[in-house]
Amino acid sequence: MFHRESGYFKTTYQADMGLYPLPIARYTIIAIAAIFFILLPAVLDGYYLSIINLVAIAVVGALGLNILVGYTNQISIGHAAFMSVGAYTAANLATKLDLPFWLTVPAGGAMAAFIGILVGIPSLRIKGLYLAIATLAAQFIIEWIINHTPSISGGVAASIEMPRPTVFGKELATQAELYYFLIVIAVIAIVGAMNLIRSRIGRSFIAIRDQEIAAEIIGINVFKTKLIAFGISSFYAGVCGVMYTYYLGVANYENFQLITSIDYLAMVIIGGLGSILGSIFGAIFITMLPIVIRLLMESFGSIFIDDAALAQVIAQFRLIIFGGLIIVFLIVEPDGLAKLWQNIRNYFRTWPFSY
Amino acid sequence: MEWQFLFELTVNGLLTGMMYALIAVGFVLIYKSTDAINFAQGEFVMIAAIVVAGMAANYGFPMVAAIATGLLFMIVFNFALERIVLRPMIGRPIVSIIMATIGLALILRGAGPLVFGAETRPLDIGVPDEPLIWGPLFMTPIDVVGAGISIMFLAAFGWFFMKSRKGVAMRAVADSHMTSMAMGINVERYFALAWILAGVVALLGGLVWGSAIGVDTQMAALGLKVFPVVILGGLDSIIGVVVGGLIIGVCEALAAGYVDPFVGGGTKDFTPYVLMILVLMFRPYGIFGKPIIERI
Repeated sequence: MFHRESGYFKTTYQADMGLYPLPIARYTIIAIAAIFFILLPAVLDGYYLSIINLVAIAVVGALGLNILVGYTNQISIGHAAFMSVGAYTAANLATKLDLPFWLTVPAGGAMAAFIGILVGIPSLRIKGLYLAIATLAAQFIIEWIINHTPSISGGVAASIEMPRPTVFGKELATQAELYYFLIVIAVIAIVGAMNLIRSRIGRSFIAIRDQEIAAEIIGINVFKTKLIAFGISSFYAGVCGVMYTYYLGVANYENFQLITSIDYLAMVIIGGLGSILGSIFGAIFITMLPIVIRLLMESFGSIFIDDAALAQVIAQFRLIIFGGLIIVFLIVEPDGLAKLWQNIRNYFRTWPFSY
Repeated sequence: MEWQFLFELTVNGLLTGMMYALIAVGFVLIYKSTDAINFAQGEFVMIAAIVVAGMAANYGFPMVAAIATGLLFMIVFNFALERIVLRPMIGRPIVSIIMATIGLALILRGAGPLVFGAETRPLDIGVPDEPLIWGPLFMTPIDVVGAGISIMFLAAFGWFFMKSRKGVAMRAVADSHMTSMAMGINVERYFALAWILAGVVALLGGLVWGSAIGVDTQMAALGLKVFPVVILGGLDSIIGVVVGGLIIGVCEALAAGYVDPFVGGGTKDFTPYVLMILVLMFRPYGIFGKPIIERI
């Protein structure tokens, strides 16, 4: 923020497309990495690290959904169903075949990608509202199938106990140990998404979003590209599901219902459609929101109402505040938190000598 | 006995289907005239029923006064809603509008129980409880009354759309905002009218469904039934909504009667969506819908 951009001239296309637009970005990245990998685990205790873990999981899911909704403009209300596919795939592989995490994570993602491509097939013919409802149907159908197939869902309660991941023979049991595991996956997902968007595939996603027919005319295979978008998005969702399963230690369809899909949609919209940074902001925002609301209600709510009534209304207040914030964001800042961040940056770019 | 069972399921399915159509028509109304996709239609139904039941139970209003309060509330609420939330959203991407109505749905789900209490209440609109027995046929009176109300309302609605001046203007607005503006129609007023009408339909749906299944936040799940109904019927006609509702109602009843014993329940919520996916594969714009032509 406190550096000047003048004096750096990009002379090649490669430089223009580079991940680090300015040399200083390298140091920023190193600083952020140092904060997340050294400072935070050293100063925070298990509870706060577990919140960061949740955020890391949400980041992966939100990135996946943003690739589909924000970059390709294909609406999906069934994101949580793909997560459950990944979660149950990994849980079954880990319990029945004793596979380690470095196989179950990609396997869960791959299975989810396969199902996602199947769901994406109608997207060639249907758009907008119809596609939204078709993916909603996918949500219900996948949920029902998992729930009613004991060989997938592991019996009555439809939940499978997940063994802890082992890295170099060490079992990651506590939140602090899981922290590195989850955050590394999240970083890989972020860098992967950033590179994907710069690539030929990413550009064809954006072309389809902006004008589908024109994209087809300039030679993009629309059907194939849409299926790739569904596949990659669902892969991310599947990985997110696996991460969540490792985090909780149990795979359960109740964590992947319609309301979760809505949470993730809220993340990408509040964060900013078509923005990697926005997905991260949105994931942080939506994950922290219920925690902050509960904290505020518990510390200040008793001033207005007595404690017994408070426990009952907390859930209702949460819904109201959550819904209200979504609407306010949509009306006031349609481009989301990413745009807000950009505005702040732009302000400080020339500060204090703005003209 | 077998055919009797089938007959009974079908008749009850048809009655339920008419009641679904009553909810779905509110959705279609808004989509047609304002291009907004209302994911909160189920919550509208829920909040209308909660207001009516809450006024009657908490404040001792007689039923007629409670219904009048509910009607007033829905009209004012939906009018304000259109002004404050939906109008700034015109022209935004479809996913933003979906999300705004989802946010609205969440607010209603929280606010209803917060104001009137979270317990499940009966809603007594004067329909007897004993089942009607008519030959081999068992029917719940509220289903019959509900289907009757639905038919009456849809007929009135059909007349309104086809014959009355406001209805014709509304169809014009639905067809093309720009042209109707050029013809001197106050488009924004008809947007508000569409939302208000949807609120009124939601109140009727809330009364009927509230007395059938009891009033609490679970009623909002009815909104999820709307989508298969409107997709099956297509978004363009009231007839489509009725047909879609009837198909969904019958399929649900048949699935619950014949399939549930083998798979252990839950098919009722799942069949409509399977059916819908099948229809989407062959007719992407529903049975009665007209295809959208895209231009650059």
